[in-house]
Amino acid sequence: MSSYSVTEPSLRQKWMAGILVILYAVITILPLLWIIATGFKSPADAIAYPPKVVFEPTLEGYVNLFTTRTRVTEETLAELGPPTTWYDRIVRQYDMIIAGPSRYGERFLNSIIIGFGSTFLCIILGTAAAYAFSRFRVPLKDDLLFFILSTRMMPPIAVAIPIFLMFRTLGLNDTHAGMILLYTAVNLSLSVWLLKGFIDEIPVEYEEAALIDGYTRFQAFYKVVLPQAATGIASTAIFCLIFAWNEYAFAVLLTSGTAQTAPPFIPTIIGVGGQDWPAVAAGATLFLVPVMVFTILLRKHLLRGITFGAVRK
Amino acid sequence: MAQIRIESLRKEFGAFTAVQSSSFTIEDGEFFMLLGPSGCGKTTTLRMMAGLELPTAGEVFIDGDAVGQKPASQRDIAFVFQMFALYPHMNVRRNISYPLLSQGMARPQVRAKVGEVAEILGITDILDRPVGGLSGGDRQRVALGRAIVREPRAFFMDEPLGALDAEFREHMAEELRALHDRMGATTVYVTHDQLEAMQMGDKIVVMNHGVVEQFGVPQDIYDWPATMFVASFIGSPPMNFLRFDGMVGAGTDQVSLGEATIPVPTQRDGAHGKLALGVRPEHIRLLDDAPYRGEVVAAEYLGTTQIITLNTPHGEVKARIPSDRKVQIGARTGLDFDARTLTLFECDKGRALLSDANAKVLSNG
Repeated sequence: MSSYSVTEPSLRQKWMAGILVILYAVITILPLLWIIATGFKSPADAIAYPPKVVFEPTLEGYVNLFTTRTRVTEETLAELGPPTTWYDRIVRQYDMIIAGPSRYGERFLNSIIIGFGSTFLCIILGTAAAYAFSRFRVPLKDDLLFFILSTRMMPPIAVAIPIFLMFRTLGLNDTHAGMILLYTAVNLSLSVWLLKGFIDEIPVEYEEAALIDGYTRFQAFYKVVLPQAATGIASTAIFCLIFAWNEYAFAVLLTSGTAQTAPPFIPTIIGVGGQDWPAVAAGATLFLVPVMVFTILLRKHLLRGITFGAVRK
Repeated sequence: MAQIRIESLRKEFGAFTAVQSSSFTIEDGEFFMLLGPSGCGKTTTLRMMAGLELPTAGEVFIDGDAVGQKPASQRDIAFVFQMFALYPHMNVRRNISYPLLSQGMARPQVRAKVGEVAEILGITDILDRPVGGLSGGDRQRVALGRAIVREPRAFFMDEPLGALDAEFREHMAEELRALHDRMGATTVYVTHDQLEAMQMGDKIVVMNHGVVEQFGVPQDIYDWPATMFVASFIGSPPMNFLRFDGMVGAGTDQVSLGEATIPVPTQRDGAHGKLALGVRPEHIRLLDDAPYRGEVVAAEYLGTTQIITLNTPHGEVKARIPSDRKVQIGARTGLDFDARTLTLFECDKGRALLSDANAKVLSNG
């Protein structure tokens, strides 16, 4: 049987394909489901063995994620009177009171600023560079393109120490600007190459028609090329965002107090009040949301972007 | 609307010279064809006139203004691309309005103008459709609409019929020509199809290897080619060359081909060495008693005429004769050339020798 048959697949083949897809889906989705479920378990349920599939959901993990708590004496508790809010009630079970907010919200915001900031820069710079490489006679074009690609030939973390020293000298350590610049620098090669491919596919005649129609080169770029490149820009943006959002190593190394992003923060929850797995899982679950929303918003473009070359030709 | 003058226009891409010092003039209102094989520099010439390429040297004048180094947007011209290049993210109406919007024309005026143009082209019913689903012909009409809506000084068209199927080309060619006659605008049209050029053009420039070989009205170019390239590029089948070694003196009116003496128009130039006698297939008659002899090797029936291929001592010759004449393959027959129509060429230079007959055409081309 050839691997490339044009005939209708047999029932057995369909079953096989279905089973494979389901198997793959289970393998990828299971950890995700486990994280989401753990976020809603009580600490006892979270470490129960054998693992509990059916459990009583609680928001304890989320409360612990967003707050810091202190243990107080029974007298103090009595003085405070009965808990007034649902989250107070959860905390009081353990003879604790809420001392204040945790730093998770702050770290989450840092992730958003740095992730979207670097994605935005990557797209602006990447589109401009890709357009120039695609349309103009740039001296040493091929060498420059190869150089840009070569920056990704080793894992970025290989240059962690020089970057660390450089950041310290420049005062970029633990700053939002520093992290945005770093992620932009790392992602830019991907963005230039991807976008150049997309812009190459757009016939140059569209811009020439706009030039003839009385528009300037910039207007032609802005009004004719950009709308055509929208799918490419959307898919490139998703790739850039996912990288910057998930990046862990540089974030551990270069941020601490002010610009720390969520990935290095989430594991630190473990140290604060014992091994609080529900809080860690809650942090991870919330951390997934922005990228998921962003991807879902752009999914139409992403799909078209991936099939771009195949469909057009 | 505009006279366009090209002066010593030259374009180099790195080491490759696409256009070498071309000069010609396109008069106001002419339908002007740039004709040549692919890679001959005709499209580059057109793009330099439009401002899509900047010339390496030379100048383009539109109505006397030197525009060679100006961007396309400042030349007030319209360009129709081979692939139409309709903006894919806009509907038909917006495509046609786009050049007007760049001038900042008021919306109601734009609407009226687009309506008017759509009327002329017969596309009022598709104005609000996206351009994606249009047929080739409709795309072509929309592209024309976008070109004429602004009433530019000149239209430049780069093989605008190249993307259409053969059946439809004929029809669009007529439509284009009718449109031109109605608008009276100077039109420069690039094509590699000599029939299209002859059918539509008021004047033709023939280019090859970046050089202008000849320019003039279609009939002059067909009858009195200036070079062997033009003679062989135009006409189907092309002009026959009877190659011989010999000499021609100024003032002679006959040449000797083997035993036969063939009358030619009175020569003004003398030449010797490798020469060729150029004769169009339709200017050959097959006469049994003509002194120049050949052997029939093939006959192609074309309806009203037939093409007879003959072997002669000076190479293969194709003759176009009425199809009712019976010709036996393998028969030997005499060839009679119409003396008034013959051109002598110098093979090394590839150029036509001046005679009383072609002097008028060649001296201004």
